Amino acid sequence: MSILEVKNLQTSYNGHIALENINFSINEGEYVCLVGENGSGKSTLIKTIVGLHKKDSGEVILNENLENVSYLAQNNLTDLDFPATAKEIIMTGVQRHRVLPFYTKKDYKDFEEICNLLGIKDFVNKRIGDLSGGQRQRIMLARALIRKPKMLILDEPFSGLDINITKELYELLAKLNVENNMTIIMATHDLDEVKQDNVRVIGLAKKILFDGNISKWRRGAD
Amino acid sequence: MNIINLLTYPFVQRALICGIAISFCAAIIGVILVLKKYSMIGHGLGEVGFASLTLAMALNLPPLYVSIPLVIIAAFLIMLISQKKGESGDITIALVSSGALAVGVIITALTKGFSVDVYNYMFGSILAMNWSDVILSVILSVILIVVYMVFYNRLFSITYDEKYAKTCGINVTFYQFLISLITALVVVLGMRLMGTLLISSLIVFPAIIARKLTNSFKGMVALSAVLSVICFIVGVMLSFMLNFPTGACIVAVYIVLLLITINFGELRV
Repeated sequence: MSILEVKNLQTSYNGHIALENINFSINEGEYVCLVGENGSGKSTLIKTIVGLHKKDSGEVILNENLENVSYLAQNNLTDLDFPATAKEIIMTGVQRHRVLPFYTKKDYKDFEEICNLLGIKDFVNKRIGDLSGGQRQRIMLARALIRKPKMLILDEPFSGLDINITKELYELLAKLNVENNMTIIMATHDLDEVKQDNVRVIGLAKKILFDGNISKWRRGAD
Repeated sequence: MNIINLLTYPFVQRALICGIAISFCAAIIGVILVLKKYSMIGHGLGEVGFASLTLAMALNLPPLYVSIPLVIIAAFLIMLISQKKGESGDITIALVSSGALAVGVIITALTKGFSVDVYNYMFGSILAMNWSDVILSVILSVILIVVYMVFYNRLFSITYDEKYAKTCGINVTFYQFLISLITALVVVLGMRLMGTLLISSLIVFPAIIARKLTNSFKGMVALSAVLSVICFIVGVMLSFMLNFPTGACIVAVYIVLLLITINFGELRV
């Protein structure tokens, strides 16, 4: 079943076309990597899908409730002096569409689960700015995952991180995809760490240049 | 004259009740404004408040009836222009504040006979509040605090990461306007006590001091509110005892506390 459909999408930045004639659909449980050079439009496509960038024309149809979709941006916290603990930040992920001045018991249970899954228990009470880049991105991933989304959308999430942490986080994404049937859409410029074979690659250069299995992409690259 | 005697004066009681309520509200909204880099909005709206007060006096209308709508409109406009045009908040605030000050000065020049009142409005006066002001301030403050608590999680989410909040389906624009509305009301309620030129200090100083002492957002909100109320009380007492303008005395207390905080390093809890 299709969870996301993009039809005839066109977007631009300051009058310059960033993406045109983009058509694809993504089924539930798929693992999709959007690849391309810098400026190819992969981040723009991600931002358009999650509603952070306006489209000029076309359609982005999300066949899933927004509360079941989560987004993880690039690893770039601008204000390291922001006074918030990692726990406070993770908890913002559970809010969904309700307005409550407090969190429920279930929210705290979900918090414990995600801490165990990501191994972040030791530093969740620290100020976010006091954590290393890798630890911070784990916190951001925890925020995205705490609501147990059916679809996770990531925009170059591990760029600039230590290679071992990157490997570990890629393994976690693969596990979530296989074990939880979580749909994953990720913009990346590096497919080396994607080890599984069931990954679909969409190659972008303002238009879709390639849409197929990762093994076919790799053969083409060779 | 000791402090106990001081508290028996009705105008001191009025100033204290009003000021505690307003300084509490200013401090909690100030945390969001400082962290979102909208620190100067209080100053900008203070200038708009000054223009609206001079207009009210020129037209012989009750000050709050003119100030409340005008300052709220200005706050919405600042937020709207910043969002739509992508201008930084500071640029919009600078434009609005200098424009409003110019309007206020022109109205003052055109209308004779209220230079003493203008001085009080600009720098604050402990004598400015009557009992109806007290009742209005307390009622509005209670409403603002309840609204802040109900939307606390959303407000934090938007303050920390507006883009992420948007992807969660949170109506960010609504909360931006809610923040503007609360700020405008705090400015209007506080400006006669603090002065239109100094009202921003009530918003900014407690948050800046609390930021140096806490690791968490919740801690910053709580500490900011407590420090704000304490500094206000000390400042009002000094103002009365030294016969200095209220706003200036409160700012002086904030500055001393800030210097102590900086001097003793960051003692985050």
